[in-house]
Amino acid sequence: MALLEVRNLSVQFETDDGVVQAVDGISYSVDQGQALGIVGESGSGKSVSSLTVMGLTRARNARISGEIHFDGKDLLAASAEDLRQIRGNEIAMIFQDPLSSLHPFYKIGKQLVEAVQVHQDMTKAQARDRAIEMLGLVGIPDPRKRIDSYPHEFSGGMRQRVMIAMALINDPKLLIADEPTTALDVTVQAQILDLIQRLQSELGTAVVMITHDLGVVAEVADDIAVMYAGRIIEKATKETIFAKPQHPYTWGLLKSIPRLDTPRDQELVPIAGRPPSLIVKPQGCSFHPRCPYRHDACLPQDPPLEPVPQDPGHGVACVLAHDRREQIWAELRSHA
Amino acid sequence: MGPFIIRRLLWTVLLLILISGITFFIFYELPTADPAALRAGRSPSPETLALIREQLGLDKAWYSQLWTFLSDLFFHFDFGTSYVNDLPVREQLFERIPATGFLVLGAAVVWVVVGVSIGIVSAVFRGTVWDRLLMGGALLAISAPVYWLGLVALYLFSDDIGKFGILPGSGSYQDADGFFEKGHALVMPWFVLSMAFAAIYARLLRANLLETLSEDYIRTARAKGLSERRVVLRHAIRSAVTPIVTVLGLDIGILFGGAILTETVFNIPGVGRYAFDAIERGDLATIQGTTVFLALGVAVMSLIVDVIYAYLDPRVRY
Repeated sequence: MALLEVRNLSVQFETDDGVVQAVDGISYSVDQGQALGIVGESGSGKSVSSLTVMGLTRARNARISGEIHFDGKDLLAASAEDLRQIRGNEIAMIFQDPLSSLHPFYKIGKQLVEAVQVHQDMTKAQARDRAIEMLGLVGIPDPRKRIDSYPHEFSGGMRQRVMIAMALINDPKLLIADEPTTALDVTVQAQILDLIQRLQSELGTAVVMITHDLGVVAEVADDIAVMYAGRIIEKATKETIFAKPQHPYTWGLLKSIPRLDTPRDQELVPIAGRPPSLIVKPQGCSFHPRCPYRHDACLPQDPPLEPVPQDPGHGVACVLAHDRREQIWAELRSHA
Repeated sequence: MGPFIIRRLLWTVLLLILISGITFFIFYELPTADPAALRAGRSPSPETLALIREQLGLDKAWYSQLWTFLSDLFFHFDFGTSYVNDLPVREQLFERIPATGFLVLGAAVVWVVVGVSIGIVSAVFRGTVWDRLLMGGALLAISAPVYWLGLVALYLFSDDIGKFGILPGSGSYQDADGFFEKGHALVMPWFVLSMAFAAIYARLLRANLLETLSEDYIRTARAKGLSERRVVLRHAIRSAVTPIVTVLGLDIGILFGGAILTETVFNIPGVGRYAFDAIERGDLATIQGTTVFLALGVAVMSLIVDVIYAYLDPRVRY
């Protein structure tokens, strides 16, 4: 059984401007020790879906439906108190900007000790030892001294290491990383990704990696789900997504990243247009206004995620015929 | 920190010299009234006026008058002599500081406790009926003038003229002995003085807290599994009250120079009452003394605030 199983999850927010359909019926699962990459533009619902797993989108104006099962527990039905005990203990999360994600007025030691003590019956001294151990594990030099520093006294990469130490301090079964490298320098990004991978294999933690950067999931993920306008439009193993993508949006994403193995005069191809409004979505397939291969069949309804012939693990939500998709991708690839 | 405090102290001294100089010019050089005539009393003879002019040094050039004034003030801490009773202003002022201090500090405790609690409740229950009721009440409290509030409070609660005589009324502070009796006499003034401040602090804290609650590090605190109570009281409040410390310091400094209206309504013999009497009698030296004292209070408090702020926010380094 999967560690985390999300089924038909929808999240809506009622706002003054109308109902925002942030997540629109997505399903995915993560096995123990596995890594899932969720890829999409800003506003595609990737962060909201993960915050919902943590129970952090529960608000008066939020409408949440579907199912979230974690380790045999139904998280959507769980009480606020039950969820609180799971948060930071069994499911932990790290965020995009480590400077603003750490409390500026408290030493990191205090913030780490607090994370331990809220879930475990430990004395302050024990929790502090645990914190020093974790800081060492994530590669903070001289953790015994650095534990008494304030967040602003660290560099961006070191701060994200502190965040990772804090997230993993209670040995969670699942780590949700929401754009963990976006705010960091490229060289530091690679270090942080290496660190997450190393800890994942050492500690056996499952990871959900949320990112807009296909390069990041290429490094870390086993499976990839591509989100667009609140829906998963393609889902497969990492190898399949990079080798045999089936959705025009995935093609667009792949064509818009620079590669070292293509001629230097090869132009990057951005995806035309802008992400749709989540209040008034386009009729039919949400991507069709930006899709170069759109035709009349795109309009009647948003296509569901359906398995690709001969590959049941590969799902794609597109009305183009399978043969046609293979043909277009072959052409696109040969141009590259 | 040490060099910063020294630098700030030097600035504070410079500021005080500047303010004293300006005060001097307003009172002695601008054609408001003739200080000698004020001093001389009713229908003086020209000879008396000339004598007084000489005594006060008013016949000298303005710069030598200014020098005398400033050197008295800064080298001898001499605030001059009252026109009304010839007593040194300094002693009279200092005698009145304890009453003002007791009034202001007690009121500050009340308005911080009340204002911060209301601010927290309003922010946490934002948009609910409670929030609207409390913020509506705050708006009323800000709009009500303190002398009017004072009179209403006396009319309702004072034990001599009040409808429900449960608290000592106007003038009771002067007759009170000892800490507790004096404190009892100040209960009504404390609440009257703190109403508007509590309301302002409540609104300020509510706004700060709402802003803080949407910070990333609050999301982190929730993601850690902290209880909502701990998230608000430990993580959010810590950031939201910090700016309030600045305002609190300056407010206390200003009120130390005289909570004039409150002290007058409740007949409390403090610095404000003293200034009020001096203004009524045209006692120039005393008015000037209280003005300089007010400036001193604000300058010293803003120095203290800056030092405290550096302790509260570890990112601030001087």
